[in-house]
Amino acid sequence: MTEIVKARNVSMKFKAVEALTDVSLGVAPGEQVALLGHNGAGKTTLFRLILGFIKPTAGSISIAGFMPGSDAARHVVSYLPEQVAFPKMLTGREVVRFYARLKGAAPEGVQAVLDKVELVEAADRRVDTYSKGMRQRLGLAQALVGNPRLLLLDEPTSGLDPLSRQHFYELIADVSRRGCAVLLSSHGLSELEAKTDRVAIMRKGRLVADGPLAELQHQADLPIRIRVRAAAGAVASVHAEIGGGRINCASVELYCAKGDKMRILSKISGLGAQVEDVDVASPTLDEVYRYFSNNGIEQIQRGEIQCTA
Amino acid sequence: MHGVITIAATEIRIGLRNRWIILSSLILLAFALILVLLGSAPGGEVKTDAVTVVVASLSTLSVYLVPLIALLLSYDAIAGEIDRGTLQLVLASPVSRGAVLVGKFLGHVAVLAIAVSFGYGIAGLVAFLANGGGEAVALIGVGRLIASSTILGATFIAIGYIASASVRQTGTAAALAIAIWLFAVVLYDLALLGGLLASQDGFFARTVFPWLLVFNPADAFRLYNMSAIDALAVGSNLGGAGSALPLSGLATMVSPVAWTAIALGLSTFILKRVRP
Repeated sequence: MTEIVKARNVSMKFKAVEALTDVSLGVAPGEQVALLGHNGAGKTTLFRLILGFIKPTAGSISIAGFMPGSDAARHVVSYLPEQVAFPKMLTGREVVRFYARLKGAAPEGVQAVLDKVELVEAADRRVDTYSKGMRQRLGLAQALVGNPRLLLLDEPTSGLDPLSRQHFYELIADVSRRGCAVLLSSHGLSELEAKTDRVAIMRKGRLVADGPLAELQHQADLPIRIRVRAAAGAVASVHAEIGGGRINCASVELYCAKGDKMRILSKISGLGAQVEDVDVASPTLDEVYRYFSNNGIEQIQRGEIQCTA
Repeated sequence: MHGVITIAATEIRIGLRNRWIILSSLILLAFALILVLLGSAPGGEVKTDAVTVVVASLSTLSVYLVPLIALLLSYDAIAGEIDRGTLQLVLASPVSRGAVLVGKFLGHVAVLAIAVSFGYGIAGLVAFLANGGGEAVALIGVGRLIASSTILGATFIAIGYIASASVRQTGTAAALAIAIWLFAVVLYDLALLGGLLASQDGFFARTVFPWLLVFNPADAFRLYNMSAIDALAVGSNLGGAGSALPLSGLATMVSPVAWTAIALGLSTFILKRVRP
């Protein structure tokens, strides 16, 4: 499979700061890859390298076989920056037409992308009257115009309400079905809503995970949380029986590995009337993300709880 | 080429929308009309064409006002757009940075040309009509003033891009633009005057001074317009210096044109190194 973006052992150093260290990442045509990481993890730096705004201090990047920033490479890539801004005096339609012309795209495409991002009604209003979500959608429209082969989206869903976020991922799925490679960055896994084919997680300039979401969940092997609400007065004996920690005067909470789940659940059911309710929670996407981006699980610390009952 | 035209057209559109064109036109018109009204009285006495006298005063006005307007147009072009985040997308699109700069340049020069034509055109027409018409040659003088003012403006637009591309903050670029203006149209002339006073008939006055005068695009512009008016036999106080000038007539305009080319080349060179 020929990848549109191919980054090989890329490092980027700004004076004393090592922004990227030995990052290798590829995105194939039609593939959607999410790049996750905290602020300062190196996501935007990687984007600027792919755009050719800066040159890596080590390693190499190629865009459909071309050098980043070269004329041929810039024909391939479409970019949506994190803080997208447009000349305030222009209307939405003028903005999209402007970028369509710069990209040498057909003028008919302008109306089509405005339609796609649902900005047709506001298209002839000036950009300074737009809300943040509308500006973001306008940014997406200028990125989509001209059928790029690679979409580079820097935190495209921040500032969007859940409904427009949903719509946004539908649009992205649509362009990737046509063979466009999509690389987008995001703050957290939950924001992605498990919509991308692959997830790459960065921490302090290094790529710490790269794979389909299910694989990452498996790799993290996070414990399952079991919360047991004891019947009145039975909390101490339940605690003694199953262990874990008491979180208040009625409940006991414990974490177990995936393989131990059934054994512990049967033990709990053996307690009979002493147990009022059981709640089992698999690790959330956010917990999986935190595992990779913080290198390990945060220890849950709780003090002893004194119950007078 | 397509990119150049698109960027230039957008700059003109923005110039119209944000009222830059109308505002600078009105400023030029206001100053020009003041000079027209004040200049009409002596014009009758000296027996020269009133319009020609107005053109002479307007060219002095141009030396100060046109570079200022030009620098105000251009200082924001790169630093400000990077600051606000509007230039990143343009630089990511398949248009070369040289083409981006040339497009902006053509757009800004067009904005300035419209303002100058409007301001000086109306003022010239008022002077022409107020004096009950006159020789049509005088109107050619107005046209020459508009054309040469536009070239002078183009020079300072290009110089403003150097300031705008060299710094990251708009505020710094603005300060730099004002400093350039102050140096080129005020301090430079004062320094030359000081030099002349120090050596009234020495090597400086005879050999260095004329070259230094032509070297400054604003002074070259003034020389060109004064010598053109001299040809129409209006007494000019520059007559003495004029005889020793290394370049005369239209040739003096080589200075602003050369400055424009150098400044555009230099700002493209700097822009290519900008990492947005």
